Amino acid sequence: MKGTNMLTDSDLQAIGLTVRLAGVVTMILLLFGTPIAWWLARAKTSWKGPIGAVVALPLVLPPSVLGFYLLLAMGPHGPVGHLTRTLGIEPLPFTFRGLVLASAFYSLPFMVQPLQTAFEAVGDRPLEVAATLRASPLDAFFTVAAPLAAPGFLTASILTFAHTIGEFGVVLMIGGNLPGVTRVASVQIYDHVEALEYTQAHRLSAVMLIFSFLTLLALYAWRPNPKNGG
Amino acid sequence: MKLLRPLLIACSLLFAATAHAEKVTVAAAADLKFAMDEIVAAFKKANPADEVEVVYGSSGKFNTQIQQGAPYDLFFSADIAFPRALAKAGLAASEVKPYASGRIVLWSANLDATKMTLASLADPTITRIAIANPQHAPYGRRAEESLRAAGLWEKVESKLVYGENIAQTAQYIQTGNAQVGIIALSLAVNPELASKGGYWLIPDKLHAPLEQGYVITKRAEGNALAHRFADYMGSPPARAVMTRYGFVLPGEIAGN
Repeated sequence: MKGTNMLTDSDLQAIGLTVRLAGVVTMILLLFGTPIAWWLARAKTSWKGPIGAVVALPLVLPPSVLGFYLLLAMGPHGPVGHLTRTLGIEPLPFTFRGLVLASAFYSLPFMVQPLQTAFEAVGDRPLEVAATLRASPLDAFFTVAAPLAAPGFLTASILTFAHTIGEFGVVLMIGGNLPGVTRVASVQIYDHVEALEYTQAHRLSAVMLIFSFLTLLALYAWRPNPKNGG
Repeated sequence: MKLLRPLLIACSLLFAATAHAEKVTVAAAADLKFAMDEIVAAFKKANPADEVEVVYGSSGKFNTQIQQGAPYDLFFSADIAFPRALAKAGLAASEVKPYASGRIVLWSANLDATKMTLASLADPTITRIAIANPQHAPYGRRAEESLRAAGLWEKVESKLVYGENIAQTAQYIQTGNAQVGIIALSLAVNPELASKGGYWLIPDKLHAPLEQGYVITKRAEGNALAHRFADYMGSPPARAVMTRYGFVLPGEIAGN
């Protein structure tokens, strides 16, 4: 019977893939975005402006621009393509790793900016105190700054995860629409609509809508009152 | 206030521009990209006062969009089934007319595809093959049919990557991200693509015909320009362009 509320296997596969992509990207950006955010929060050089602007680029850049550049860069004639060939790795377009790399670029500001704000809010004082207690800068970061910035880490992770879930344009351009590899939920919905499978498009879209709403609801409900200026 | 005035003027100009001009907007399947560009240029040259705007994309998407009220006056589909569906839904202002049959080719930017056949796709050195998405792109469907008819589908399926439409499929191959792929002949003969690699015409007995059709949409019922442009598609100059791009025209017999 057609009236059941079941998603198809390929829909479930797309959802699973999307969650996996968002999870991996969030992990990677925690690793690489944190030092960038820390540097942006603490640096006093004139480089801060340009680097901050580069990090924020994906906020304003059309995904097609990023997709176009990435497709050329990762292709056999591009710099990344040359690198993967030299290293003997499979070319990145149409692979999950390629999507991870692209999404990491695309979601970078969503990790870095909340973290940067959180680090700036920590201020110099606690770190100076830590230094007088002979904590190394790395010690001070992990025992003082990071715990103080914990809410920032949570916000940044949730935003990065949610933003990666919502990615579409870049994936469409470099993904090649492979089931289980690069066919994420947003692309699956697009395909359903193009193939006039509105019922399936409705179901999967509803799942995405509810998920997105709950994610943001969790973020806003959890966020402490703005009275501390955070 | 200083900023506001020029902004208001710009806005009013924008609205004025859309209000006055006599124009048609054509939704055309991606395989028509190069041929239609030439036809529209020739039409505009002969009729300088007329404004014809073309949007290229996948036929399935246009079909959906027109059903949802998209402002297209003419729809040239790569699969005649889509305009027929629109006519059935009462969204057409003309009968559905076939305008061409498409052909598919094996094309590569780096390899000499003229020396290949479909069987070459099973070669282990070929790791990525691009076709259009068979789920909704007519050229993708025909590509899948051909591969199945040649008994190669199981062997090549794991190497396939899917373009959103036939133009994106060509772009995957052009950038070298896929070594080879199946695209429309009309794209492969374009000078930009023809200058690289080469193509091999896939025998049309391996797939159902790619019967392409157009329709004038309901919203263009009273638009004389839409009807004139549709008529122009059947004129000798337009037919000559279509033939040059490898389309088989209604009333003609396929070459091979």
